Amino acid sequence: MSNLLEVNKVSKHFGDFRALNDVSVSVPEGSIFGLLGPNGAGKTTLIRIVNQITMPDKGTVHLGGELLNQHHIKDIGYLPEERGLYKSMKVGEQALYLAQLKGLSKAEAKKRLNYWFERLEIGDWWNKKIQELSKGMAQKIQFVVTVLHQPKLLIFDEPFSGFDPINANLIKDEILRLREEGATVIFSTHRMESVEELCDDIALINKSNKILDGKLVDIKRAYKSNTFEVGIRAEDKEKLRLELNDKFNVSRAQFKTLDDELKLNIKLDKEDKPNDLLNYLTSRGEVSHFVELIPSVNDIFIQTVKNN
Amino acid sequence: MNHLPLILKREYLTKVRNKSFIIMTFLSPIIFIALIAFVAYLTQLNNDKVRVISVLDESETVQNVFKNTEHTTYNILQGVSLEDAKALVLETEGTGLLHIHQLENKTIDSQHITFYSEEAPSLSLISEIENKVEKRLTNIKLQENGVDVEMINNSKVKITIAQESFEGEKTSKVDSVIKLIFGGAAGYLLFMFIIIYGNMIMRSVIEEKTSRIIEVIISSVKPMQLMLGKILGTSLAGITQVVIWIIFGGILTMVASLVFGVDMAEMQSPQQQAMQQAMENPEVNSQVQNIANAFYHLPLTNLIIAFILFFIGGYLFYSSLYAAIGAAVDNETDTQQFMMPIIMPLILAVYIGFFTVIEDPHGTVSTVFSFIPLTSPVVMLMRIPFGVPIWQQILSLVILIATFIATVWFASKIYRVGILMYGKKPTYKELIKWIKY
Repeated sequence: MSNLLEVNKVSKHFGDFRALNDVSVSVPEGSIFGLLGPNGAGKTTLIRIVNQITMPDKGTVHLGGELLNQHHIKDIGYLPEERGLYKSMKVGEQALYLAQLKGLSKAEAKKRLNYWFERLEIGDWWNKKIQELSKGMAQKIQFVVTVLHQPKLLIFDEPFSGFDPINANLIKDEILRLREEGATVIFSTHRMESVEELCDDIALINKSNKILDGKLVDIKRAYKSNTFEVGIRAEDKEKLRLELNDKFNVSRAQFKTLDDELKLNIKLDKEDKPNDLLNYLTSRGEVSHFVELIPSVNDIFIQTVKNN
Repeated sequence: MNHLPLILKREYLTKVRNKSFIIMTFLSPIIFIALIAFVAYLTQLNNDKVRVISVLDESETVQNVFKNTEHTTYNILQGVSLEDAKALVLETEGTGLLHIHQLENKTIDSQHITFYSEEAPSLSLISEIENKVEKRLTNIKLQENGVDVEMINNSKVKITIAQESFEGEKTSKVDSVIKLIFGGAAGYLLFMFIIIYGNMIMRSVIEEKTSRIIEVIISSVKPMQLMLGKILGTSLAGITQVVIWIIFGGILTMVASLVFGVDMAEMQSPQQQAMQQAMENPEVNSQVQNIANAFYHLPLTNLIIAFILFFIGGYLFYSSLYAAIGAAVDNETDTQQFMMPIIMPLILAVYIGFFTVIEDPHGTVSTVFSFIPLTSPVVMLMRIPFGVPIWQQILSLVILIATFIATVWFASKIYRVGILMYGKKPTYKELIKWIKY
């Protein structure tokens, strides 16, 4: 699969402050891409460069193989973290205006808006003013406006903030559906569970530098330590613990079960086979729990940022 | 993509549909007209009251000059003592009592004349009486010294100097006044327009920041387009408002004068009456002729073209500054520190216009300030009726437009950076840094 977005060695300074330093990011077409990083790392600056709000000092950005230019505005849908709508303007009018700014004709915009309003069951909001809506309701409008012009690239900065779980789920499903229809999605978020759930690829930016990127599965594979979480029932738990302690690299485990069994984390060497461990364990007692420990995005995030 | 018309339309419609805008558009002329009508009514009320002044002239030399007028009735008392006269005036609630002492073989002077009243009389009343007494006493003295008063009156000469330029253009004093009114009105109109609608532009920029919609918008349009759209849209709304004010105000004036029977033109009654009296006088007829001539002499074509150009230039120049301020701050209270440098030159321009240009329209001060772009729109508009060489007008306009382009560039820099900055009140130093970004 080719890359829809190619950010190549981009640097950006604000006065003496270095916001981005030689950052390169590739976003594969049709993927959901997680752009991660602590606060102030430079994510928003990078997103603003892709949206042509700010210009990079150095480096290039290509969208669909073309150097970024004014015509790409209609190919990108951007939901910024700092978002809002004109408070005293009516919902429908405002959505029409924003859609037309993205290059849609008025008639086309109206048609698509009707479709979306019906889909999200917000049709009767058309003549309400934004200030009459709740924050979550306004966010829905904002989402519709972002995706209305069917852009190739969707950029969401903290898309779920302000939504209740039900609406967050609704929006999540819509994002997945848009991806199926061919859109590429960039996520910038601190909510690691949604990254875990949605993202195929990630890039981690810290202190203006990209410190990690790639397919999420590859990264997890690289970060896993061949450790297994084990629960085993035995008559003499203490004796078994000592025995396993001699034979393997064992540490204390934290997980919840119904019974009071022996819980351990067992780290294997690279050449050891999990099956051999399992066979050994079954010969010592009844195995109730056997799971390979895969690092969560959260763990990877914290570990990498701390080591950096 | 050119979104300017779209942005302009939205700005215009939002402004025009705004409730407070609509209310102000229709309420302002009503309040204004009501105020004028009220003042006119009060003036009439005052004028309708007839003053009764009793005169006790013991010398019996002056009393004949007091003739009843529409607003004043003179009550000549004879053969009563001062105390009785006072009591009488008090009893009849008269305005006051003028008392002239009887003195033998001595001419009357200030020491012998006293005006008694319950409340302090108006200045105009006292000077009116003083005038009458003075005139009479002067005549008496002249006669005593053997001078023929008739002869003096006949020897008086009145002069109006005819003015003519070297090119043969005839002007008069009236011309200058008319020019002043024209120039002053044009300059003042621009001043008001900038202050009212410049502020509106600034608020509209701030609104986009506080509602946090700016980043959404700015990912679709260039800041320059957004800024221009705002300035133009708001200006059109402003023009709409002014036009409605004029039309609506005109209608209201007509209705008000019909309903209340108050002739608005009669408000300045004393002056008006003087005018009317003068009208019957052939001498003053030429005065009217002069006014007509003055209009005719005004460089009208030049005035209209220059008004349009300088108005647009000056307004756009200042609005881009207002837009930049709006972008630089987070809320309206923070705008104060940046407003001063904008308001000061504007006020300076109006002062120069009203004091220096009147005194010497082509002097160094007036000329210099009609080239400096911060003051040139107002000062030049005030100078033009007095005849400014075309090359000066063009030069001033070129400087203004060049500065306008520079300001837009500068403002859009601040705008571009400022609209995405939140939470912090910028200093001038930071603003300069933003321009370098």
